Amino acid sequence: MEINILSFIYLLASVTFIVGLKMLSHPTTARKGNAVAAAGMTIAIFGTIFLYNDQGETLGNYGWIFGGLAIGTILGTLSAKRVKMTAMPEMVSLFNGMGGACAALISIVEFDHLMHLDGMSGLLMVLAGSAAVQGFLLIILLGLIIGSVSFAGSMVAWGKLNGSLRDFSFRGQQAFNIGLLLLILGLATYLIVALPSNALLLFYIIFGLSILYGIFFVFPIGGADMPVVISLLNSFTGVAAACGGFLYDNKVMLTGGILVGAAGTLLTILMCKAMNRSLTNVLIGAFGGNTATASAGPSQGAYKEISLSDAAVVMSYANKVMIVPGYGLAVAQAQHACHELEKILSAKGVEVSYAIHPVAGRMPGHMNVLLAEADVSYEKLLEMEQANEEFSTTDVVLILGANDVVNPAAKSDPASPIYGMPILDVELAKHVIVNKRSMKPGYAGIENDLFFRPKTSMLFGDAKKVLQDLISEVKNS
Amino acid sequence: MSSVFNWIHEHQAMIYIVVLMIFVGIEVIGSVPSVLHTPLMSGANAIHGVVIIGAIIVMGKAETDNYLALALGFLAVVLGTLNVVGGFVVTDRMLEMFSKKKKSS
Repeated sequence: MEINILSFIYLLASVTFIVGLKMLSHPTTARKGNAVAAAGMTIAIFGTIFLYNDQGETLGNYGWIFGGLAIGTILGTLSAKRVKMTAMPEMVSLFNGMGGACAALISIVEFDHLMHLDGMSGLLMVLAGSAAVQGFLLIILLGLIIGSVSFAGSMVAWGKLNGSLRDFSFRGQQAFNIGLLLLILGLATYLIVALPSNALLLFYIIFGLSILYGIFFVFPIGGADMPVVISLLNSFTGVAAACGGFLYDNKVMLTGGILVGAAGTLLTILMCKAMNRSLTNVLIGAFGGNTATASAGPSQGAYKEISLSDAAVVMSYANKVMIVPGYGLAVAQAQHACHELEKILSAKGVEVSYAIHPVAGRMPGHMNVLLAEADVSYEKLLEMEQANEEFSTTDVVLILGANDVVNPAAKSDPASPIYGMPILDVELAKHVIVNKRSMKPGYAGIENDLFFRPKTSMLFGDAKKVLQDLISEVKNS
Repeated sequence: MSSVFNWIHEHQAMIYIVVLMIFVGIEVIGSVPSVLHTPLMSGANAIHGVVIIGAIIVMGKAETDNYLALALGFLAVVLGTLNVVGGFVVTDRMLEMFSKKKKSS
């Protein structure tokens, strides 16, 4: 009886995952969708704990299970609640890595189990080569390899996003990676087909190599591309979870895993499209180590600075001001100051809106989330196409820590690594004020001609500090 | 070769799920606006935390004297729970900001 109820619970949970994902892809229903999927997950977890029954064998070790659940819940909730808005992307990467590690651990325990069954090993040798054992081994190994790669890759992505790891690549790394991958697949095939007596050792070697591959796979990819990589690793972990589904003949793991695997892959491609680049381009990497600044010629001209009071006057007497937020705003936690400035300018009769580039910040949608946190009204956020139509009638564009998304090289310089990426045409406006901490190039590591154009003036400093000073200047003017 | 077909035959229900879910996964998020890319990724991240169920099964089946299985299984449960709980909470926090925005508008 219990097992029948469990099957029904799994069916229900699978449906909530699909419906939840569907709702997550529409702005109005997204939050509910997340709750629906979470509810499905909860019943699936507790259903498994209390109702699981494999040919009369129920689960034990409740103390351990609930202990693990409690620790994971407390740690997960605390870290997810405490994390700053700017650190969300690396948090997602970290949690993804945990899932990958979980899948790999399951494979390790199951393989170990398989090898240590007394009397079974003899039987295993007889059965070696039979389709059933080979299929079982294939799935264990797939779960191990994909889970480990996802775990190691996510950890590197996490380290890169929080700045503790630098980009690193060496000559011939692509060839090295391909060689490593082939070696892993070769060893895995050998293990499955021949099942040698030292299989356990071989298994751990494959585990180690997979971790190594995950590290080398992500290391050379530039930090600006991390969201795409995280999304890809996310779909990897989905497939690793699905392997667990095969292993235990568990439909909900299979449904959830494959669903995320497929949706994650499509999402990865959509993210690449938003940057107008292909996935291969991201993975093989034009951004990473390749920092040749070919078009250094004309850009090394002089830039002009603007004083705070001048900037305040220009903005106060403008009809229309467009704010272009970027990562600098997020780092400085300046979203509240930004909203404050917007309110003061609006009170003076200036029309203020925000131009949001789809990939501004470190992740798509980053800026929307950030500004929403500061209660900026939804209608004031213009998407790129909308904003580009507005620029020609705009008096002042205030760029807050954005760089690559306003770099005209994306349109004019075919040699530029970001060539072809759609950008915000801020130059159509009468005046451009750029707030940056220094003249250092942006995340893609390329010079920005915009800063040297006659219409542009620079306003150096931390975005929050500058905005607060601007607010007091605007109040006085 | 016949053993491969045999394997497929024995697991055909599972294989059907895999094939159909690939299409469902692609179809379901086909028209997502770029603003929602990050929360969607985060939500999907939480859903693959379903791997926790495998960890629970490993843990629950481990013999009480098999310390390796107990230790690794326990670690797997903790990590899987982190993935699920952390994933859903982070996603909710991201989306909370979107809904606040709607009220104020």
